Amino acid sequence: MNTLATRKKTGRRHPLASAALLLIGLVAAGGASAAVGTVANASPATDAVHAQALTEQDGAELYRANCASCHGMNAEGTENGPSLIGVGAASVDFQVMTGRMPMAFQGPQALERAPQLSQEQSDAIGAWVASLAPGPDVPEEQWLDTSQVTEEELATGAELFRINCAMCHNVAGAGGALTEGKFAPALNDIDAAHIYEAMLTGPQNMPVFNDNNIAPEQKRAIIAYLHYLDENPSPGGFNLGSLGPVSEGLFMWIFGLGGIVAITVWLTSRPN
Amino acid sequence: MSADDQSAPREPSVDDHSVVVFDRGAAIEQSDAFENPGLPPHRPRQTDLHPHKERRAERQVVGWFLASMLGSVLAIVAYIAVPIEHGNMTSVRLNNLFLGLAIALALLGIGIGGMHWARQLMSSHEVVEERHLSRGSVPSRERAVEIFRLGDEESGFTRRSLIRNTLIGAVALVPLPAVVLFRDLAPAQDAVQAISHTMWEPGMRLALDPSGAPIKAADVTIGSAFHVIPEELAEIGHGEGYLDQKALAAVLLVRVPTERLKEAPGREGWSYDGIVAYSKICTHVGCPVALYEQQTHHLLCPCHQSTFDVTEHAKVIFGPAKRPLPQLPITVDDEGYLIAQRDFTEPIGPSYFERLHNVDPEHIPASGAETETRA
Repeated sequence: MNTLATRKKTGRRHPLASAALLLIGLVAAGGASAAVGTVANASPATDAVHAQALTEQDGAELYRANCASCHGMNAEGTENGPSLIGVGAASVDFQVMTGRMPMAFQGPQALERAPQLSQEQSDAIGAWVASLAPGPDVPEEQWLDTSQVTEEELATGAELFRINCAMCHNVAGAGGALTEGKFAPALNDIDAAHIYEAMLTGPQNMPVFNDNNIAPEQKRAIIAYLHYLDENPSPGGFNLGSLGPVSEGLFMWIFGLGGIVAITVWLTSRPN
Repeated sequence: MSADDQSAPREPSVDDHSVVVFDRGAAIEQSDAFENPGLPPHRPRQTDLHPHKERRAERQVVGWFLASMLGSVLAIVAYIAVPIEHGNMTSVRLNNLFLGLAIALALLGIGIGGMHWARQLMSSHEVVEERHLSRGSVPSRERAVEIFRLGDEESGFTRRSLIRNTLIGAVALVPLPAVVLFRDLAPAQDAVQAISHTMWEPGMRLALDPSGAPIKAADVTIGSAFHVIPEELAEIGHGEGYLDQKALAAVLLVRVPTERLKEAPGREGWSYDGIVAYSKICTHVGCPVALYEQQTHHLLCPCHQSTFDVTEHAKVIFGPAKRPLPQLPITVDDEGYLIAQRDFTEPIGPSYFERLHNVDPEHIPASGAETETRA
């Protein structure tokens, strides 16, 4: 108790000393973890040389350089990757421009990261893949522009999202877990084209929602709803990730009950 | 111990079968009475020792009470300054936030100030209060008996047996209305009956949820998942039991490559070209099972992670569910639209004992599941 000569006035350690030490330790550990994570996720600079208009033939070459080791020289597929014949340009644009492909490593599912190829390069590969067999094309601009969507359509989009998407992606688009390491990603701040392409092509384990299931204007309404979620803050303030009872319960167990226990300890302790 | 062993040696017995010999060697009477440790010595607080700390504690208590006053005033100011504007969610949030913080300060200021006062400034000397005996004194016990006897005598509780017995009868009947009233809270209909029949009828078209647009078999491409309701359900209003019927009839429709589809014997005609329809209501506790993984063809329930394999008559491959999802037999009509062949052949939804007795005679168990045949 009397170890610190400098605190000779009381001879006691400050009551918040252990809390401060714990906080410093946590911040240091969290900061180190974040720093390591940032380095690991750093993406190589995209190649700007090919920024000019690229042809289907350039696409074939880019395909063979970046994709063929898993998907086969002629997109016929190997045991490491599915065939790309008939997946269409929409699938290529989604997978390449969200950084999921080329895949960093084989795993339960491809992870989103910074795109490894430029939009022009991706489009060239898409054009080549689309030339192999007919498949869904990249969406037309009119189905991505949500500026003219009425409030009525917005409500329809929300209903369609709840029926078709929310069971995996969470009603607030916060994402959720699937089986064996797979998960439905969070849908905050996703480009309209990528949302549309995901519904159209059903990347990885996501089901396909073709135009007979969800019509293009309905897809646009869903995009509008997701962008509405991005732009409108949670009315309750701090939403704890919109994960529902899991994060809210954890918060109350730790901070709510923790606070009650701390007050109880203070109430019954002997004052110095 | 050795001394005790000598003082009470084991007596050899003539007949060991008839005489029980007690070894008293270890029988030391030990007092297990708890010794009163007494109170720890009184330790004066810092505020008892240093007058300037006492004054500081006094100022702190005053500070908390003043903070409470400030909180009360701030609550009124916040209510007026940050009003709730109709249709503006941000104003609701700010109003709640400032009002809550100010009222919390007002209440906690009184509580914390009072506790601080008691802990730091009020007398800190330990006081012992002995427990009083729970048994009353002899005269008071006799007096109590006397009161009871007198009461009985004056009221005639024992003597006037008719009054007494009717009183007991009246008290006994009082809870009966409660029994009848609460019993009526139980479902009016037999629960098994309620989940045995859905809206699906022979020939009814499968339609999109929520629009009610019928689905053509050609629309269901491999890898798609369709959330399906009966076509006629879309015409029912919310006031006419829409949600009740939807909760029974909701179906998930997917197409599996025909070579991967393994159908149970007797159910071969229940799919159409790899298109299968299963009830969306989990057989565990009735959550909507709709998390469909199109590559593995697994259906996952979000509540308790029950996993069903769509390629094999939705059999359970993981989790607490005990039965496969009920399958809706489907086919196509002349125009190419998907239609139901008939209603489900078993009650949809959660498993419980009674439902085993209410399976359709034409029901074909998916995989000879023991839970079904046990009925």
